Amino acid sequence: MVRFENVGLRYGLGPEVLRDLSFRIEPHSFQFLTGPSGAGKTSLMRLLFLALRPTRGLITLFGHDIATLGKDAMATLRRRIGVVFQDFRLIDHMTTYENVALPLRVVGAEEESFRDEVVELLQWVGLGERMWALPPVLSGGEKQRAAIARAVIARPQLLLADEPTGNVDPNLGQRLLRLFVELNKSGTSIVIATHDIALMDQYDARRLVLHEGRLHVYE
Amino acid sequence: MSMNDDVDAVTPAPQPGALPQFVTPIVPRSTIAGRALVAIVAIMTFLASLTAGAVVLVQSAASDWQSEVAREVTIQVRPVSNRNLDADVARAADIARRFPGVADVRVYSKEESSRLLEPWLGTGLVLEELPVPRLAVVRVATGATPDFGQLGRALAAQVPSAAVDDHRGFVEHMRSMGRAAFLGGLAVLALVLVATVLSVTFATRGAIATNRTVVEVLHLIGAKNTFIAQHFQRRFLGLGLQGGAIGGGCALALFVLIELASGQFLGSAAGEQFAALFGSFSIGYFGYAAVIVMIALIAGVTALASRRTVNRTLETFE
Repeated sequence: MVRFENVGLRYGLGPEVLRDLSFRIEPHSFQFLTGPSGAGKTSLMRLLFLALRPTRGLITLFGHDIATLGKDAMATLRRRIGVVFQDFRLIDHMTTYENVALPLRVVGAEEESFRDEVVELLQWVGLGERMWALPPVLSGGEKQRAAIARAVIARPQLLLADEPTGNVDPNLGQRLLRLFVELNKSGTSIVIATHDIALMDQYDARRLVLHEGRLHVYE
Repeated sequence: MSMNDDVDAVTPAPQPGALPQFVTPIVPRSTIAGRALVAIVAIMTFLASLTAGAVVLVQSAASDWQSEVAREVTIQVRPVSNRNLDADVARAADIARRFPGVADVRVYSKEESSRLLEPWLGTGLVLEELPVPRLAVVRVATGATPDFGQLGRALAAQVPSAAVDDHRGFVEHMRSMGRAAFLGGLAVLALVLVATVLSVTFATRGAIATNRTVVEVLHLIGAKNTFIAQHFQRRFLGLGLQGGAIGGGCALALFVLIELASGQFLGSAAGEQFAALFGSFSIGYFGYAAVIVMIALIAGVTALASRRTVNRTLETFE
């Protein structure tokens, strides 16, 4: 599904923040991405959701070499990836329902075809009563669940979550982890970037550990 | 799985039974930056419309002066000893009246000639005591182009003291002055338009910057660049048209008000001067069309600037 071969990344003329990364993410897999602050987790996540291009090396996503893809093809590829941002990035002027439905809207789907699905998902993540609420009035946990719902509504093949439990209490963190496990069981590959050792200890999964720009994989 | 126990924020008014709907535009309708952009577009459209209207006004006034002057020639009959001035004037007027292409000849009476000289020589003027020439104004028929050279020769043969002044020098002077005023107006209009384009472009960039998160989220969830750019372009075209309509509408209202006010002062000395300079002070259909073009142009610039800015913003994400 995802293949990195000797990937390196630097910002401008600065030092390489990621060095010689080579790994794969297989379909239906579950992995944590961890490492100390500044190790390059967010940069690696940005490479994974195509917000950055590598300085060197090869990245293939769903069988496509991303270096050869045009803008529209990249956009089409992004639709197969769901992203949960650390800071949620919900659109403040849209209701929770509209935020979650947005990925379907941008692909031109008719509202009649997705309304029930969005409502069902919102109820599943416990936001059934909050679908008319605007993000500024949602609590941190609600925003987190809305962001997760938006990331999974289009049934992505790969879900990337950057510190998904960073803004919530441990109890909610556990429930969010259960949500990701459920999604993984339904066929989505999951990558969770986290510092939270306690969270990783709750689920036995592959660990990708970044240290000083290099990746160590623990199966 | 349910996570309802986390609800601690304010819930909006319940909407029992209502189905949720995607009704909110992707680009927010009303933001502070958007309102500022409307204000800037309105002000710049107002200024550009005023300039365009002024250019149209100067152009039409200059062309009115030229055609008015060109449609008249003056016959001047000098007093010469041993000749009857009144008879010469009547004879010259008669020759002119019979000349092809002449609509009307008006001879200035002695009293009228005195009045013409009053500003220089004072009242109570006795014209007989001075060798003052007499004038006859010849009006050219509409569409006709009489040969004034031939008229001059005909007059010279029968009334040696008469001369034709076809105002050619004055018309040339007026024409070059009108052309200079028009070109100057166009230059000012071009400067105003450049200033408008720059200020609207920067204001649009500012407004888009406040929507950077929207652009970024759309990009990252897989929206194509054309989809994002089209939404922003449509929204900013709306803002541009709104600001343009306000600014252009105010300019049109001002022109109408001035036209009405100039009608009110028509009898006064100032009004007469004004009318002599600018005619009816109406910018006419062409002026109104120019204002509408300004509105469309500035709205178009706003939309294009938004598209360009969004595309540039998207390039920074890649």
